[in-house]
Amino acid sequence: MTFVAKPKVHHPKLPLNEIGLTRRDYEGPVSTLCAGCGHDSVSAAIIAACAELSLPPHRFAKVSGIGCSSKTPSYFLSKSHGFNSVHGRMPSVATGANLANRDLYCIGVSGDGDSASIGLGQFAHIVRRRINMLYIVDNNGTYGLTKGQFSATNDKGSTSKKGAPNLYEPIDLVSMALQIGASFVGRSFSGDKKQLVPLIKAALMHKGFAFLDVISPCVAFNNHNGSTKSYDYVRDHSGSVVVTDYHLPHEEITADYAPGTTEDVQMPDGSTLRLSKLDDSFDPHDRVSALTYVQRRQAEGEVVTGLLYVDPEASDCHEVMGTVKRPLNEFEAAELCPGNDVLAGINESFR
Amino acid sequence: MTVSYNDFVIRFANVNGSGSASANGMFAKALFRMGVPVATRNIFPSNIQGLPTWFEVRVSEKGYLGRREGVDIMVAMNAETYAEDVASLKPGGFLVYDNSKPLAESLRRSDIHEIGIPLSSLLLPEFSDIKQRGLFKNVTYLGALAALLNIEFEVITGMVATQYKGKDALIQPNINALEIGRRYAEEYLQCPLPLQVKRTDQIGDRIMIDGNTAGALGALYGGATVCAWYPITPSTSVAEAFEKYANQLRIDKDSGERKFAIVQAEDELAAIGIVIGAAWNGARSFTATSGPGISLMSEFLGLAYFAEIPAVIFDVQRSGPSTGMPTRTQQSDLLSAAYASHGDTKHVLLLPATPRECFDFGADALDLADRLQTPVLVMSDLELGMNDNLSAPLTWDDDRQYDRGKVLDAKTLDELPRFGRYLDVDGDGIGYRTYPGTHPEKGAFFTRGTSRDEYAAYTESPEVYERNMERLTRKWETAAQLVPSAEIETSGQRAGILFYGTTALPMAEALDMLGEEGIHLDTIRVRAFPFGKEVYEFIASHDLIFVVEQNRDAQMKMLLTTEGGLDPARLISILYFGGLSISADTIQAQVSEYCTENKLPRLTEVKS
Repeated sequence: MTFVAKPKVHHPKLPLNEIGLTRRDYEGPVSTLCAGCGHDSVSAAIIAACAELSLPPHRFAKVSGIGCSSKTPSYFLSKSHGFNSVHGRMPSVATGANLANRDLYCIGVSGDGDSASIGLGQFAHIVRRRINMLYIVDNNGTYGLTKGQFSATNDKGSTSKKGAPNLYEPIDLVSMALQIGASFVGRSFSGDKKQLVPLIKAALMHKGFAFLDVISPCVAFNNHNGSTKSYDYVRDHSGSVVVTDYHLPHEEITADYAPGTTEDVQMPDGSTLRLSKLDDSFDPHDRVSALTYVQRRQAEGEVVTGLLYVDPEASDCHEVMGTVKRPLNEFEAAELCPGNDVLAGINESFR
Repeated sequence: MTVSYNDFVIRFANVNGSGSASANGMFAKALFRMGVPVATRNIFPSNIQGLPTWFEVRVSEKGYLGRREGVDIMVAMNAETYAEDVASLKPGGFLVYDNSKPLAESLRRSDIHEIGIPLSSLLLPEFSDIKQRGLFKNVTYLGALAALLNIEFEVITGMVATQYKGKDALIQPNINALEIGRRYAEEYLQCPLPLQVKRTDQIGDRIMIDGNTAGALGALYGGATVCAWYPITPSTSVAEAFEKYANQLRIDKDSGERKFAIVQAEDELAAIGIVIGAAWNGARSFTATSGPGISLMSEFLGLAYFAEIPAVIFDVQRSGPSTGMPTRTQQSDLLSAAYASHGDTKHVLLLPATPRECFDFGADALDLADRLQTPVLVMSDLELGMNDNLSAPLTWDDDRQYDRGKVLDAKTLDELPRFGRYLDVDGDGIGYRTYPGTHPEKGAFFTRGTSRDEYAAYTESPEVYERNMERLTRKWETAAQLVPSAEIETSGQRAGILFYGTTALPMAEALDMLGEEGIHLDTIRVRAFPFGKEVYEFIASHDLIFVVEQNRDAQMKMLLTTEGGLDPARLISILYFGGLSISADTIQAQVSEYCTENKLPRLTEVKS
């Protein structure tokens, strides 16, 4: 594998964002994934979202498990620390990282093998714990790094590259996240930048646990005719429910919206999340109907994309636990240690 | 009959869930408050209600705190275990039992003294509620024992008042029950027995505390802000004690907010993942577990070793496996903890022997983990962790600062031409780390196990991999200099005895017993792994070393021979692995037998 450093020189006409940075300041080194891999599009969307939001590129904690998806945090936000941890255990590392410093933006990148198989338990529990983070699954229905075994999100009947059908029911992480209580749930497609970037922006601004399932075709092992996670299949079978755009509090963006009604949702930081409903019957504030809708459409062979559920009033684990506002990793001995006099009193209680 | 004072073993045989623990605990505490050294042992099943449980109190004026074989006084309150309880009494011992029903003829022994107290009959007219009668039965035998053993009655009644403070309605009925027992004993039994308690001053400033509480306080004082854990006997009370004290002592005065976070994780894998994630992000964090948890944490422990992330793990050891005897003590996780994980991994172990050391090592482990950027395991066990042990009081030096190790802040990064996370700048094998979010331009790196160079850039180069592993070996050598050194007592003997953790408890008594046989030994109590050079020097300077431990496979001996390249023939294993704590008699018998079988001269000569 070769490692190619990108030239540091910026094109002079690259636009600057609010904090005077260009998109290049949010990038990482060149990806070592296969050419055309959907995961690289997800990384590009993360870069675009962070740059457009003008977030400081060094104030992120990037965590991942193991697999192709989990290599990607190396390829964006190179000014931030990243942690390529243990297969299926990114949620616990993310939990610890967020407990230690609640001020950092936390992005966890996982895959369908990482989150739906070996890490299904940790996935379920981080949803319950309401860690304030963006949790992205690059979902390609296959084990890429070990060369093409079925993953647990692979649809029943979908075939491998060699033509063997998958015999088992798929796990739908979106339905799970909705059912267990995630306060922000969306699905998108790596090839649909127009939908994905606003979703990532909204997820980053959401306080609480934000889950994005991103169908991301594997060009090497799962982009053939029998696969239900190929570029062609997803393009033909996806049904978008909600178009999202994210508005900074001070700047009114008039984006190129698809026709339909819009709804503004106040975000905790004072900003506004604009939801455009394509389908009048769909309410992204109703967890139960979102779950029903996803399942019904899935039964009809459709992949619902868009923002499926958001609770703008959601709380995160720090609120639940009542931890101090200041990051725990900043406290010094004088603030943490009760001292010897208190200890003398404790001794007395054991006499 | 001659009277002996403050020197006996009393065992209470009860049914678990019957409320006996509080009465039995009061018995031990009363003696402690009379200045008499006591050691308590709770021998209990993995069960909530209905199975046999025993509570043993070693009473020793001489201050022997280890287990001794044989029971002098048996308070037999469990019909189911009558036979084995009666059998465990030493000849001349005393059997205290409820004679509301006569003792079966088959259970009687002619060489013991029977002390029948009609507990059930006495309580029948006093308490109409059957559940209350059961509970007060325990208090009633405590009252009778006070008379039989000459325990100061006011000490016990004072304790009842403290224990039920706030539930005042319970105080008088408890005192009444105590009085019923005492009055019966005084009127109908020969009081006091020739085994008696007498006020003395052998306690000094010591406290009576369990190692898990002490360890949790160590973590609290040591500045842990994140605790992640999964319930497992016998470690659960570490996390529970941390939560209890943190809720008292770590609340921000102005806002009422918590300066700590505790997560009861979904399993041990998540618990250690949270600890590592928090430590990676700069917070002091720890978990508490036991053997099965160490197995589950192993993959993460290896990653933390290679990725060089601090972590503190309290391993309160029990006998294996998962469905084994979770409520019995052993020192059998030593090897699995020392070498936890795949690849070439070694972990720092601290080996406390007293609650005071649980406290000290709990705090020290956080410093060491930060300094060495690696997991540190505090290897306690059920005996130390869950029983109230006599201990030196806990103390804290208010001038002590936390050693956060080599961490670069933004200012230092500014001055640095180029940051290399895994560069060995100081020659001690330890690189400089940065916390996420420190600097807008410098100091960020991508954390992986290996497959990276000194600047944390991706590579799979064999040379770079080997260079990294050799640096980790240098770091291991640094660790050997930083961990607590062994405690050594020498008087020029040709043979020595090496032990660690709770095996130290019966050692003083065992050495006295051996001394009476003309076997004198120099002693070394190992307190950490990697071993300091004093350990190898001690071994080298003796002809023969007895290595005493509580496991079947001689795990400490294996560590010594493997790490030190020692001749195993010179290390003689003294082993006990039955799940109770090792007794002085076991040590004495095995050492003595070895000396006899090998026709060794009694080692009474002192080298000139």
